[in-house]
Amino acid sequence: MLQITNLHANVGDKPILKGLTLSLNAGEIHAIMGPNGAGKSTLGYVLSGRPGYEVTEGSVTFNGNDLLALEPHERAAAGLFLGFQYPVEIPGVSNVQFLREALNAQRKNRGEAPLSGAEFLKVAREQAGALGMDMDMLKRPVNVGFSGGEKKRNEMVQMGIINPALAILDETDSGLDIDALRTVGDGINRIMRKPDKAVLLITHYQRLLDYVKPDFVHVLADGRITRTGGAELALELERDGYKELAA
Amino acid sequence: MNRSAPTRHDEAWRYSDISAVEAAWPLAAPESIIVPAGGNFARTILQDAGSIHQLDIAIGKGATTAIHVLNIGGDYGRVELNITLHEGADFKLGAVQIGGGTQNLEIITTVTHAEPKATSSQIVRSVLAGTAIGTYLGKVAVARDAQLTDSVQSVKAMLLDRSATANAKPELEIYADDVKCAHGCAIGELDAMGLFYLQARGIAPADAKKLMLQAFVAGVFDGAADEEMLTDAALKKLGELV
Repeated sequence: MLQITNLHANVGDKPILKGLTLSLNAGEIHAIMGPNGAGKSTLGYVLSGRPGYEVTEGSVTFNGNDLLALEPHERAAAGLFLGFQYPVEIPGVSNVQFLREALNAQRKNRGEAPLSGAEFLKVAREQAGALGMDMDMLKRPVNVGFSGGEKKRNEMVQMGIINPALAILDETDSGLDIDALRTVGDGINRIMRKPDKAVLLITHYQRLLDYVKPDFVHVLADGRITRTGGAELALELERDGYKELAA
Repeated sequence: MNRSAPTRHDEAWRYSDISAVEAAWPLAAPESIIVPAGGNFARTILQDAGSIHQLDIAIGKGATTAIHVLNIGGDYGRVELNITLHEGADFKLGAVQIGGGTQNLEIITTVTHAEPKATSSQIVRSVLAGTAIGTYLGKVAVARDAQLTDSVQSVKAMLLDRSATANAKPELEIYADDVKCAHGCAIGELDAMGLFYLQARGIAPADAKKLMLQAFVAGVFDGAADEEMLTDAALKKLGELV
C-alpha cells in the first residue's frame, strides 16, 4: 500500500530524513519508535505534504501512485489520514461544519456524491458515540477549549468519519490518561484493523502498543530506520532504551 | 458652501484615495438622522459601487441604533459615521470590509458620548488581498459629564498577501473620570498550521482559506435585518479573493 524508498527530506536547510525506506502492506499495523529529534514527526508531515517539508531525494508511492506529486488535500482524498500530534484549534469553525466539508470534498475528489446533512450527522453521531464524545462537543469550534485528551479523541472521531485507507498517527497517545488511552486504542482497532487498511503509529512509548498490537516495530534514529522487528522489539526498547538498540 | 477637498493632512482622510475624493468633490451634505428619545433605529449600508457614505446620527435619550456595514465595492469606498449619544443611548456597529486588487476601503467613525450612561460597541473586521488598503479610524469621545460611559472597540484585520495594507486606529478622548472604554486591535494573517490542518482533512486550499475567513467575519452581522444578504455578499466577495 505504502512504499517509501530512500527518502531524504529537509526542514528549512536542515536534513532530517536521511534515506528512510519502509513498506506497509494492507492489513498491517506498523509502529515507529525513536528518540526525540529522530525525524518521526517529520516523516508524518512529509507524507501528508506539509509546506516547508522538502523532499530532496527518494520516492513514496501510495497504492502505486506517486504520493509526493499530490497536494495535501489530494492525499487525503486518496485515503491518507494524518492524526496530528498537536491538533490545531480553528476558532469560529464548528467541528460538524469542518468535517462535513472535509468528507464531502474528499468524496467529490473521488467522484462520489456528497452526503446530505442528515446522512452526515448519522455517521458523525455513530463515530462520536463510539469514542464517548457527545454531540455538543462536535458542534463546538474545532479543538477550541478542548483538553489535550479531548483533542486526541477528536482526531479519532475524525478518523472514524473520514474512514481512511492509511492512517499515520503522530503520537496520538501523548497527553492521554489511562482511560483515554484505552478508548483511543480501541478506536484505532475498530476503525483501522481491517484487511484493506494500514496504520503507521508514531510513538515514544510501548503503552499504546498494549492496546494496538503492531505487526512490525521500527526504530527510527537520525533519519533512518535502524532496526525492524515484531511487537517484542517495543518491549526490548522499553527495557534497554534507544541508545543500546539504535546504534 | 463647500470647503475645498481634503488632503492627506486631514487626519480623517490621511489614508484615502485623494484623487477619487477630489473627483467626487463637493460631496453632498451628510445624511442627518435624529433618533428620538426611546426610539430604535437600524440601518444596513452595503457599499458595493465605490462611493462615499456619510451619516450623522444623533441618538436621543434611551434610544438605540444599530448600523451594519459591508464595504466591498469599487476602487474607493468610504463609510463615515458621526454618532452622538445622549443619556443612556446605545450604539452598535458591526462592519466588515473586504478588498482585493488595488481597492482602497475605509470606515471612519466618531462616536461622541455627550451625556452619561450611554453605551457603544464597534466591531470591525477587514480582509485584504493584493495591494488593497483597508482603514478603520475610530474615535470615541467622552464628554466631561458623560460618566458611566461604556464603550468597546474591537478591530481586527486579516492580510491575505504581504502586499496588502491595514490601517487601524482606535482613538479615545476621555474627559470624564468614571468610564469604561475598551479597545482591541489586531492585524494578522491566516494561521498556516490551521490551513494545513484543513487541507490534510481533504479541503482544497481555496476552500480552506474561505472557511477560515468566514469564521473571521462570523458574528459581525448577527441581529441585522439583512443578515443573510450581508453574509451572502461577504462570502461571495471572500470567494473572489482566495
